Amino acid sequence: MVNTKVTLSGIELDNPVIPASGTFGFGYEFAEIYDINELGTFSFKGTTKDPRFGNPTPRIAECTAGMINSVGLQNPGVEKVIEEELPKLAKCFRKKVMANVSGFSIDEYAYTCEKLDKEDQVGWLEVNVSCPNVHNGGMSFGTSTEAVKDVVKAVKSVTTKPVYMKLSPNVTDIVSIAKACEDAGADGISMINTLLGMRIDLKTKKPVVANKMGGFSGSAILPVAVRMVYQVYEAVKIPIIGMGGITTAEDVIEMMLAGATAVQVGAANLIDPFASKNIIDDLPRVMKKYGIEKLTDIIGGAH
Amino acid sequence: MIQTVYTIKENKRLTETVYKMVLAGDTSSFTAPGQFINIKLDGFYLRRPISVCDWEENLLTIVYKVVGKGTEVMAELKEGTLLNCLVGLGNGFNPEKSGEKPLLIGGGVGVPPMYGLCKELIKQGKKPTVILGFNTKDEIFLEDDFKALGAEVYVTTVDGSYGVKGFVTDAMKNLDYTYFYTCGPMPMFKAIENTAVTSGQYSFEERMGCGFGACMGCSCKTKYGNKRICKDGPVLEREEIIW
Repeated sequence: MVNTKVTLSGIELDNPVIPASGTFGFGYEFAEIYDINELGTFSFKGTTKDPRFGNPTPRIAECTAGMINSVGLQNPGVEKVIEEELPKLAKCFRKKVMANVSGFSIDEYAYTCEKLDKEDQVGWLEVNVSCPNVHNGGMSFGTSTEAVKDVVKAVKSVTTKPVYMKLSPNVTDIVSIAKACEDAGADGISMINTLLGMRIDLKTKKPVVANKMGGFSGSAILPVAVRMVYQVYEAVKIPIIGMGGITTAEDVIEMMLAGATAVQVGAANLIDPFASKNIIDDLPRVMKKYGIEKLTDIIGGAH
Repeated sequence: MIQTVYTIKENKRLTETVYKMVLAGDTSSFTAPGQFINIKLDGFYLRRPISVCDWEENLLTIVYKVVGKGTEVMAELKEGTLLNCLVGLGNGFNPEKSGEKPLLIGGGVGVPPMYGLCKELIKQGKKPTVILGFNTKDEIFLEDDFKALGAEVYVTTVDGSYGVKGFVTDAMKNLDYTYFYTCGPMPMFKAIENTAVTSGQYSFEERMGCGFGACMGCSCKTKYGNKRICKDGPVLEREEIIW
């Protein structure tokens, strides 16, 4: 009998598989087709202070072994998430959930995190710093060590739960960003968010998505994610949740060998709604195949 | 929604670019005409959402147009091929609102879902009138199938090579109807919106990520808040649509 348990900042997960924010809604859509309590946990739809429709459509473009999305953080706003979405989730999910938060100013991050921190079902806060900062010419928080430090400090000062910073790969040096998060008091790192990409339609000769650019995800980006997790693992002591293109149980093992304590599954859920469940079901077989008895033994094993 | 494997029973060309595919497998998750299936094809990352033309127990028909690489591959698939599909997707047409004499308007590749709806309405004892709009005579499909159901059918062609010359709205003007249902391209929808004298339902198309409500890729704004074309739609009621 293999042991798939891992621990993220003091909370034990039955397995390291976590559906990623934006690919799993608020969970209850998936609860209609399987028992989502089989998951380690999941990260719910990116939540902001105010309701957002997001970007104009079309918002989706297909790629080889992946896809581009420019949804633009559509969500009902933190009040409605707390009043409507979390009670629906509580009916089908008895585990702690990861609350994914976005903001367009330091104050918005702090406001939304403070509200969600008070919810019993929230186990961790996952703070997405890929959004543009409206007070700084729209430059993403996640591209500057100073800006991410400010976000971490602001969020930590108003919350009690572990704070994971979800990093953008669209930076010159992700290691310095991760270290800045750790120095400022973050409890963990989630990485990587999507890679900025574009597709152009040959018939219209224009970009496929209305927003022109979008986030590229899917199995094609796994090597980029593995490389970045490997680099960050060498530089920080806080746990890393690895993500980017994970589609199989083998990918989970690879990401953990690179240094991830847990993993997130994103685009794969959209192609196959059972993807996360299937990965969990297949993990024991793959662990046995590679002689792994206890998953925690392999974290960072490739170093 | 369920995930299932269908077996291709038939994959037949109807016009230059339109094909009819008959699939055998579990159809128990379908609840209304106008729903769709999302097909996994080898070599493509995203599934292909295709509206259901007709279904019965363990048998389903789709009629699709070749518009890109995915549908090109579909057109080549042989009888006996297995297809992984998510089925029973979307919120289809509500036939209860039709009144006695509903009008069904299909434009181009928007025609197929009107067939299953027409069949259901006739089963309920309604007297549907159908308008099928095409560009030209060579593009016409399913006309005889609608006639075989017993519906009153008008065909329009933009170039006048068959039926009424002009657009679906040219055929619509002189008709008496209690309600309308439509599926087709956006310019046709806008023309219908300016012409229709009753309430009705529109079936929309949008680029989708997942097709089952998870990714928010295909959202639209309505008078009653944001909706997902794949999950809350594809059918929306006239009164809620923001044009």
